[in-house]
Amino acid sequence: MTQALIYALTGAVLFMLGVRSTLLRDSLLARILGLNVSGAGIFLIFVSLAYRGDSMPTDPIPHALVLTGLVVAISATALALALNRRLREMDDE
Amino acid sequence: MAEAAIGAGLSGALLLIALRDETDSNLTALKVSQVTRWLVDLFSLIMTVLIGWVLWLTIYVEPVERLAPLANAMLEHSGVSNPVTAVLLNYRGYDTLLELVVVLAAVLGVMVVGRERRGYRQAGPVFCGLVHWLVPLLIVTAGYLLWIGAHTPGGAFQAGATLAAAGIVLRLAGNDAAGLPEGMWLRWLLVAGIGLFLTVGLGVTLNDGQFLQYPKAWSGTLILLIESAATASIAAALVLAYRGGRPDGWLSVADKDNDREVSS
Repeated sequence: MTQALIYALTGAVLFMLGVRSTLLRDSLLARILGLNVSGAGIFLIFVSLAYRGDSMPTDPIPHALVLTGLVVAISATALALALNRRLREMDDE
Repeated sequence: MAEAAIGAGLSGALLLIALRDETDSNLTALKVSQVTRWLVDLFSLIMTVLIGWVLWLTIYVEPVERLAPLANAMLEHSGVSNPVTAVLLNYRGYDTLLELVVVLAAVLGVMVVGRERRGYRQAGPVFCGLVHWLVPLLIVTAGYLLWIGAHTPGGAFQAGATLAAAGIVLRLAGNDAAGLPEGMWLRWLLVAGIGLFLTVGLGVTLNDGQFLQYPKAWSGTLILLIESAATASIAAALVLAYRGGRPDGWLSVADKDNDREVSS
C-alpha cells in the first residue's frame, strides 16, 4: 500500500504544479500544457487508488474513468490548441 | 500503463506541432507582483498537503466500500472478461457514448476555428522505407488491441490511438490527408462510433425496453461491433486534430467567403 500512496502523492504534487503554472504563466501554450500536467496528476491518483494490494485484482472502475478521462482530455487539448492558433493568427492580422 | 503512454504520446505530438506554430517562443512569466506569486505558491503548497492528507486517509484509514467486487461478480453477464471493458461498454455505456460525443464536439470545434496546417514535403527514401513497414504494423497492432480488449487490457481507445499514430506517421511522411478519406466518407467516419452506439442502444430498447441493456447472448458481439466503430471514429478525430483544422474544401462556400475577406 505504501507504493500506492507514493504514486498518489506524486499525482497530487503533479496536479498542483500544473495548476500553479496554469495560473502564473503568460503564454497560452504553457497554460494548456499546465492543465495537461495537472490532468496527468489526477490520472495518476486514480490509477494508484485502483490498486488494492497484491492479493486482490485491481479495481476496474477507476481504470475505466481514467480511460474516458484521457480521451476527453486529449480532445479538450486539441480544441484549446486550435483556439490558441486562431488567436495567434488574429493577432498577426 | 499502456493507455497513459499512448495518451501522453499523442498529446505530445499535438503539443509539439502547436509549439512549431509559436513564432515567439518565449514562455515568460506573467507580469504579476511578487506578492501574488507567493500567494499562489502558498495556495499550491497547502492544497498539495490537503490532497495528500485525503489520499493518505483513503488508502490507510477509511474502510472502503468499493464497486470492484460488484463489477467482478457481474463480469460473467457482461459478455467480456476484461473488467475495464465491461465497465466502459456495458455497465457504464452512457459514459462511453457521451465520451464519443465529446470527441466529436471537440473535433467539430477544431474544424470550425481554422483550416488545416500545410502538409510536409515528401519524405526521403529512408523515412519512406520506415513508413512502409511501420504503418501496416501499427494497423495490425490496432486490430489486435481492439480484439484482445474483450479479455485483457486493450480496447477501443488504445486501438484508436494506435491507428491515429499510423495517420500521424503518414502525414509526417508527406501524405497530406494522413490516410483519411475526403468529403462525405470522412463525415461518416467521424460519426460512425456514435451512430453505431446509438443504433445498438435504440435497437436493444425496442427489443426489451431498456436503453443500452444488451441481451446477454449478444453482448460480446455488440460490444465488439461498437468498439470497432468507436476505434475508427476516435482515430479519425485524433488525426484531424493533428492536421489542425478543417481540410481544404470541407465547407466550400465558407472558405471562399473567407478568401474574399482576406484579399479585400
